[in-house]
Amino acid sequence: MLITRAQTPQLVILSGKGGTGKTSISAAFIHLSESLNQEKRLTVVDADVDAANLNLILQTDSLATYEFWGSSTAEISSEKCEGCGDCVRVCRYDAIFRDPQNNTVYWVDPVACDGCAACVYTCPQNAIAMIQQLEGNWLQSKGKFGMIFHAELFPGRENSGKLVSLIKQKAQEWAQHVESPLMIIDGPPGIGCPVIAACVGADMALIVAEPGMAGLHDLKRIFATLKHFKIPTVLCINKADLYPQGSLEIQQFARQENIKLIGEIPFDPHIQSAIRLGTQVTREFPQAPASQALCKIWQATLDHMLNLGLTGLKING
Amino acid sequence: MKIIISAKSNQLEGSPDERFGRAAWLIKVDSATGEWQAFPNPGANQSGGAGVAAAQFVIDQKADAVISGDFGPHASRALKAAHIEMYILTGAADSLKKAMELFSQSLLPVFQP
Amino acid sequence: MQIAIASGKGGTGKTTIATSLAKSLVGSHKVHYLDCDVEAPNGHLFLHPDIQTQKDAIIRIPQIDTNLCTLCGRCVEVCQFHALAQTADEIVLFPELCHGCGSCTWNCPEDAITEIANPIGIIESGITPDGINFCHGVLKISEPMPTPIIRQMRKYKSLSRDSVVILDAPPGASCSVVETLRAVDYAILVTEPSPFGKHDLLQIFGILKDLKIPAGVIINRTDGHESDIEQLILEKQIPILMQIPFDKSIAAGIASGRTLVELQPEYRERFIAMFDFIESFLAVEQVC
Repeated sequence: MLITRAQTPQLVILSGKGGTGKTSISAAFIHLSESLNQEKRLTVVDADVDAANLNLILQTDSLATYEFWGSSTAEISSEKCEGCGDCVRVCRYDAIFRDPQNNTVYWVDPVACDGCAACVYTCPQNAIAMIQQLEGNWLQSKGKFGMIFHAELFPGRENSGKLVSLIKQKAQEWAQHVESPLMIIDGPPGIGCPVIAACVGADMALIVAEPGMAGLHDLKRIFATLKHFKIPTVLCINKADLYPQGSLEIQQFARQENIKLIGEIPFDPHIQSAIRLGTQVTREFPQAPASQALCKIWQATLDHMLNLGLTGLKING
Repeated sequence: MKIIISAKSNQLEGSPDERFGRAAWLIKVDSATGEWQAFPNPGANQSGGAGVAAAQFVIDQKADAVISGDFGPHASRALKAAHIEMYILTGAADSLKKAMELFSQSLLPVFQP
Repeated sequence: MQIAIASGKGGTGKTTIATSLAKSLVGSHKVHYLDCDVEAPNGHLFLHPDIQTQKDAIIRIPQIDTNLCTLCGRCVEVCQFHALAQTADEIVLFPELCHGCGSCTWNCPEDAITEIANPIGIIESGITPDGINFCHGVLKISEPMPTPIIRQMRKYKSLSRDSVVILDAPPGASCSVVETLRAVDYAILVTEPSPFGKHDLLQIFGILKDLKIPAGVIINRTDGHESDIEQLILEKQIPILMQIPFDKSIAAGIASGRTLVELQPEYRERFIAMFDFIESFLAVEQVC
């Protein structure tokens, strides 16, 4: 009643632990959406901007590349600097060094600089300025399924969270413009800044868990994060048969926390083979055990989104 | 009364922006005289804290009310602390002019955090 | 000597390598293991440390004395992160946005700002049954910034030159990885033979080039499709330190919480040989 705008529902795929198969599952979902998504208006975001792999296995054409200007870092003018060292004292990031050759000159390590500008305000010679940094690129590419927004953060840069927010915002604008029925966000590992950026605004999360001590530990941490942000969550297990005891432990955790377990994917070398061929396992090997499981999980994900009242893709069985 | 609306362009005929912190423009309108002025949103290009930056601008402009599609937790906390009323855009508000009309008829809902 | 284990792509086996290397060297060296993957720390699940000390990892956030504050707005002006806002009658703080840089404190003309500790995680340390000095950081749920914890961990331990420090890095290639790699002597990169592994390895190569850190690569889970990634590593003139074939029993064993050297003890010799290679490589480099 209040807001009549058509918001595209957002599904975010996360894991806590790295390498559990988020990207392969995202790619499979994108492929499987093609049959339901008559107008090919799916919107996709690869939110793992420091290890952006999703586009490597989707056959897309790049439409445009844009520069990503991130935060600013301090730069000391060697002409103005008189070498008092006040800047070193205020810097909490150990980012300012005395030049080994010249005792009266200081320089800033741009990688260590946090951009707080404490040194700028401290310098009695006004010798320090904040310079905005080019920290990566973001791209818009078109595939059979619709549009993907992805990015390449330059190695070692900060602000992966800001870049994730930026491409999500661009994707959201696009999704609204074409009235996209669903947005799929392939999330980064961990629980920190880029994960939070990937989660904010998501309508549902799918956690991809891996059986084992480490997998269970990290599952608990990502689930706690999603709970904190109040995002409805479902769960699937990948490589479920590699360590059956671990799968049992995940099932037990899911029961305890009342998380819906929507399926299990067996360990299947076809997933690696599909990656090597640059394609999705469900497209290349539709009969493979992993593909069969993925079809069911995709269906269950859509069912769950519909149950939440999210206007996703039409499900025609 | 001074009202600020988040906007996609710097024109009164243009569309409002659903986003507050990262809207491109903030348009200040005096509801008594109809006078208006467009400002680039200082939050739009911030790495973090966009909502606070935009809220600080609204506070500094001594606005009485602000209209947008939504307000994040930081922005709403800052605006609330400054006793600035927050209103939500509805689907009918397809232009800034229309949004102002709805506002003056008390047809825009108050923001519920 | 400080050796970091990094990968770019997640789940390639960083912790497997780091824990097994630590276990292989502990007989002959004083070994420290630092788990810098503070978002998803797993090293303790394999090394079983007896945690002896625990302390908060903190950032220092401002606290404003309203009796002294004149609402001049200087703190709001200098804050680059918009963690402070000013209204007609107060300064509002947003602790989640604060980076703890201290700029507002130093710039307040009334000395109205003091700093209080805002815990963003914990740092725990102890010793493992086989004698490895263990330390890890754990980021609190919903806190965005892992780097201050890594920075504090590295300062917390006084690490002597004669001990071997193994730093288990987080995945990815952004600031937290850089914080882990800063000032290490050598990096061991763990990858897997796939286009994903290859793409993400290139990202890490970029960081190491910037930081001027020498590195070697371990190719994990090889399955006869390595030629592509071997060629890339060769082109970059980086040594391949080890190849570990994919084996379902290793995968299951690691999932159950055991290290590679416990599952296949013959790897111990290979890790020691690899370490000797790195040591002699660094010795030669120092002379040159």
